[in-house]
Amino acid sequence: MDLSDAEKIVIIGGGQAAAQACASLRLFGFEGAITLVADEPALPYQRPPLSKAYMKGDMSEERLYFRPAAWYQDNNIETMLSTRAVSVDRAAQTVFLQDDRALPYDALILSTGSRPRALPLPGADLKNVFALRDLADVEQIRPNMVAGKRLVIVGAGYIGLEAAAVARQLGLDVTVLEMEARVLARVTSPVMSTFFEREHRAQGVNIRTNTRLASLTGNGKVTAAVLSDGTEIAADIVLVGIGILPNEDLASAAGIACANGILADRDARTSDPLVFAAGDCARRPLVHYGRQGRLESVHNAIEQGKLAAAAIMGKPRPNEDCPWFWSDQYDLKLQIAGLSESYDESVVRGDPDTRKFAVFYLRGGKLIAVDAINSAPEFLASKKLIIAGTSLAPEQLKDTSLSMKEIAAAAA
Amino acid sequence: MATIIYIDNEGTERSIEAKNGETVMETAIKNSIPGIDADCGGACACATCHVYVDAAFQDKVGKPEDMEQSMLDFAENVQDNSRLSCQITISDELDGLTVTTPESQH
Repeated sequence: MDLSDAEKIVIIGGGQAAAQACASLRLFGFEGAITLVADEPALPYQRPPLSKAYMKGDMSEERLYFRPAAWYQDNNIETMLSTRAVSVDRAAQTVFLQDDRALPYDALILSTGSRPRALPLPGADLKNVFALRDLADVEQIRPNMVAGKRLVIVGAGYIGLEAAAVARQLGLDVTVLEMEARVLARVTSPVMSTFFEREHRAQGVNIRTNTRLASLTGNGKVTAAVLSDGTEIAADIVLVGIGILPNEDLASAAGIACANGILADRDARTSDPLVFAAGDCARRPLVHYGRQGRLESVHNAIEQGKLAAAAIMGKPRPNEDCPWFWSDQYDLKLQIAGLSESYDESVVRGDPDTRKFAVFYLRGGKLIAVDAINSAPEFLASKKLIIAGTSLAPEQLKDTSLSMKEIAAAAA
Repeated sequence: MATIIYIDNEGTERSIEAKNGETVMETAIKNSIPGIDADCGGACACATCHVYVDAAFQDKVGKPEDMEQSMLDFAENVQDNSRLSCQITISDELDGLTVTTPESQH
């Protein structure tokens, strides 16, 4: 269904998917009205640096923004910031805002993002207990990131470990609490978990796996984390990084199909042909994996922003890339291609002790994912090999006398 | 301030007044220069901000560091004067820098 005669497009949410949809709609020749409704006070900005360079103070706020305010004016995009959309009347093709204003649309893009999972424990509402999602969170956290302060991080996922790295570099005393037996348990293999655990320990982080938090205590302000065995860990600040939940309430209340994410097809179109979903909030087909899933990543936000814009404008569907991610911790750059969760064999290339190595994940002999530490060739070659569904011999992958170019050429 | 000239693969030139301290990639994105995707926002993680540096500026711009070089090895249509534009920081010295964008970043 081609909507290229649309005159009014409303985008709800002001993250990376929204910014991409704005840019792609104009690039694809949309000349009608675009209205961006965002509940944050800021124009769309990059989130990855919030737990990395920006948190550390190595990057100015100005550099977080995808585009300056003038770009939105020049491109005739109305930005309604600090504005919450409260409902969608699909029959009337109208979005209602918190102040009862009505925004009619010919096409609607939901890029409502996600929210941090709240800590379901006593003391979670104490002062100096923070989530890390928005610029506003970091503004609150940063004044506390001072040498000598004691930081307790709940959850050893990427956000938690990135924040731990920044905090150690700033001289804080850092403890990471993780319920699972290893860090990054939900997202990577034991080899990678062991590597990151060792790195953080070497940097002085107190990593406590198999550890359950019982409560946070303090008088108004948090002073300690209490573990399930009664141990108390003194804390000046607590950072909670235990996952995110998709913001699908607006869609589900409007009768749009949702199931842990707003259901979207390959064109980012929801169960309503006039409504699209892009970014963290969407559950989409993962075409290289033959299943659906929700991806919490830059790649996904960009791609679905483009897919929605292309579908609205009746343009050919842009490429669906191999999912990719990255994480910066200390001087380590982790680059991830693909989704490893269903692997049946893993192959380590290089020596983790050199801090430059990669773990390949195979399923039925075919490459499905790679985690590459300071190893860009392994990452970039794998993106293509994964999409092609290439079968690779473990002994070849292990052979570091062969370059990734040679391995890729031999497999082609 | 420095003037940076972007030439797209069809030969169209765009001249931009760039701020010192920003990168050639950031200036391009903020000014809607086509042909530079910069998916990762400048983290040297994606190799989608590939440009060709004009011969006259190759010495001033310098060579890529190891990480960037190994990213470039896997970009499309790489030449001797290829760089990732997120790794080129603008200064007075680069006034007049001309970069050409490739046909595709993916």
